[in-house]
Amino acid sequence: MRTILYLIRKEFLQIFRDKFLSKAIIGVPIVQMLLLVPAITFEIKNVRLCVIDRDISADSRALINQLEGSTFFKIKYSTFSEEEANDLMHRNLCDVVLQIPSEFGKNVGTGKPGKVLATINAINATTAQLSWAYLNGVLRDYNMNILLENAGNMAVSSIPQIDITNRYWYNEMLNYKYYMLPGVLGILVTAIGFLLAGLNLVKEKEVGTIEQINVTPVRKYQFIIAKMVPFLIIGLVDLSLGLIIGKIIFNIPFEGSVGLLFLGSAIFLVAVLGLALFISTFSSTQQQYMFIAFFFMIIFILMSGIFTPLESMPVWAQRFDIINPMAYLMRINRMVMLKGSTFSDISHEIYALMIIAIGFTALAVNRYRKTA
Amino acid sequence: MTDYIMKRFLGFVKKEFLHIFRDFRTLIILFGIPTAQILIFGFVVSTDIRDARVAILDLSKDEVTQKISDKICSSGFFRRAGDLENYDDIDRVMKKGKVKAVVVFGTNFGHNLISQNKATVSIIADGSEPNTATLITNYMTAIITDFSREFAGSSLSSNLLVQPEVRMFYNPEMKGHFMFVPGVITLILTLICALMTSVTITKEKEFGTMEVLLVSPLKPLQIILGKVTPYFLLSFINVIFILLLSFFVFDLPVKGSLVLLLAESMLYILMSLSFGILISAVSKTIQQAIFISFLGLMLPTILLSGFIFPIENMPEAYNWVSAVFPPRYFIVIIKSIMIKGTSFLYVWKETLILTIMTTLFIGLSVKNFKVRLQ
Repeated sequence: MRTILYLIRKEFLQIFRDKFLSKAIIGVPIVQMLLLVPAITFEIKNVRLCVIDRDISADSRALINQLEGSTFFKIKYSTFSEEEANDLMHRNLCDVVLQIPSEFGKNVGTGKPGKVLATINAINATTAQLSWAYLNGVLRDYNMNILLENAGNMAVSSIPQIDITNRYWYNEMLNYKYYMLPGVLGILVTAIGFLLAGLNLVKEKEVGTIEQINVTPVRKYQFIIAKMVPFLIIGLVDLSLGLIIGKIIFNIPFEGSVGLLFLGSAIFLVAVLGLALFISTFSSTQQQYMFIAFFFMIIFILMSGIFTPLESMPVWAQRFDIINPMAYLMRINRMVMLKGSTFSDISHEIYALMIIAIGFTALAVNRYRKTA
Repeated sequence: MTDYIMKRFLGFVKKEFLHIFRDFRTLIILFGIPTAQILIFGFVVSTDIRDARVAILDLSKDEVTQKISDKICSSGFFRRAGDLENYDDIDRVMKKGKVKAVVVFGTNFGHNLISQNKATVSIIADGSEPNTATLITNYMTAIITDFSREFAGSSLSSNLLVQPEVRMFYNPEMKGHFMFVPGVITLILTLICALMTSVTITKEKEFGTMEVLLVSPLKPLQIILGKVTPYFLLSFINVIFILLLSFFVFDLPVKGSLVLLLAESMLYILMSLSFGILISAVSKTIQQAIFISFLGLMLPTILLSGFIFPIENMPEAYNWVSAVFPPRYFIVIIKSIMIKGTSFLYVWKETLILTIMTTLFIGLSVKNFKVRLQ
């Protein structure tokens, strides 16, 4: 035990001797959290609209007014030439072109359906879909008005109607910051631990100082634990900083227990650091380690459900997530912070992470060779 | 004389190439990363919903609610993950993360719909994932409205209504890869170029071998150029590799001029490489260089460049914040040439900005590069 403590002390001294790194370990997560969390959102506020109104009637104007009144659309351009509208879209100056044909006013209310044509820039399929949904919503309201005008209140109430109400639990206003903060924080903590721990061990190999440890009676597991603990502590410090920023600046709700969150994160970090040290045992240069780490991190992050829903992935990919520590961390973070889930709610995730952590660490100890 | 210098330089470039090819593992990973990313984005992740687990809390259990539930769950968007008995169950299943949404039918739903022409259904979605929650409520609302129309039958003259038609421009099938192929190219070039150059130059500094190079007859500029040239070629091959991959795997051709796209890629590679040189000028150890280029660049490149999240949706100030990130311009350039098929006239502004940035980075790194070690 004393040997491990001495080794840990040595590691800490070594890490903090590098003035730049010791500042960056604290500074980078803070700056990136402050910078990135408010930026990321799928929420659509200003869909830039270009209107081609060939009708210029009271009806078409009413429709345009209704669009302008909605919070999602901003009518930026109005033209009569389709070519000009296409050009605006090419230049990325508008997102949706709405064409109202010349027959529109005549057709509305006569029984012949009035048609409008929306052209949506769909390079980003997600936003295109959302814009389309909002446009439909506005048209639905517009149609309701026509119905009321044409049929009168009596007729409408005689039609059976289903009232649909929406509620969003745990995040009433669908605040994206609540969603993204745990995700961004998770990525930052992982990246710092994964990079530093692995590079640290590979550097000893590359420079040759590992030989000096190898000739001492330090046991394999002692060495691996001593390499792990400092980065575990750094990770948890970064996590606390991130949570404090989240609480003070972004006002993230803390429904669940902070202790549970830290328990989950600590086990997660052991898993990640175990994997980092395992990879570093078969990398010979820091550059090599970095690229392998980059490769794994990209896969882990993209498949963890940070940016996209897990259910939309094919079944084999969901199975892969059984060994993806990031996927568990994301679930634990969001469930505990936003929903106030308790230990029994997330026990499955915690136990799974524990098994992964033990597995990766055992692999690292096993693969580490004291003899070159 | 110039011949002699050229020969010396080429010899140095050859040495650098040998260094790179000796590390075969890194070389594989260099092409493995874009491949993995393209395949994951293409076949694995999607922002749309599919088989989202929903639970039903049906307090009236009649024919109508049964029909609506079946309609929701057979749509392909949703999978029935269970039936609840009372309101308290909602919190319980949501907290476990077992379901994304619960559909609640009040008591006497069918009876009310027929006798009073009005019945209420509520959709309770898990707001901790806002995007999924929005899509779920949108899809469900559409399905229920559809049912409502069918149920009302002829009494609702739908031909009175304005009907929208939609044309999804550039991407009629709404495929995700129209967005992520440009994103992956940008991410790969930014990170790999900056990482590789900064690490390889810093390594010479840290291990002291830079001194050996500096006392050689090679000029410092030649040393830097010699170090960067192999990576320039490798990155360029990587771009072609990604374009081929997206063509053969996703059938996504370059709509505009391929020559223009490759020329713009060269400009961007040059920019990233000079940024890498700048990083190596300010960092003393490999770890510092990696920390700056990896941690400093990865998340901002993914999140602030318009790769996944559109810049237009961000708060106003971010229009300016993201203006200093080069990836933002390159993504616009690739999207315009590759997907919209537009000409140089549409991307000259972005190209100009990237050229200025490249010049700036080169100037700064020349100024910061120390010929002598302490």
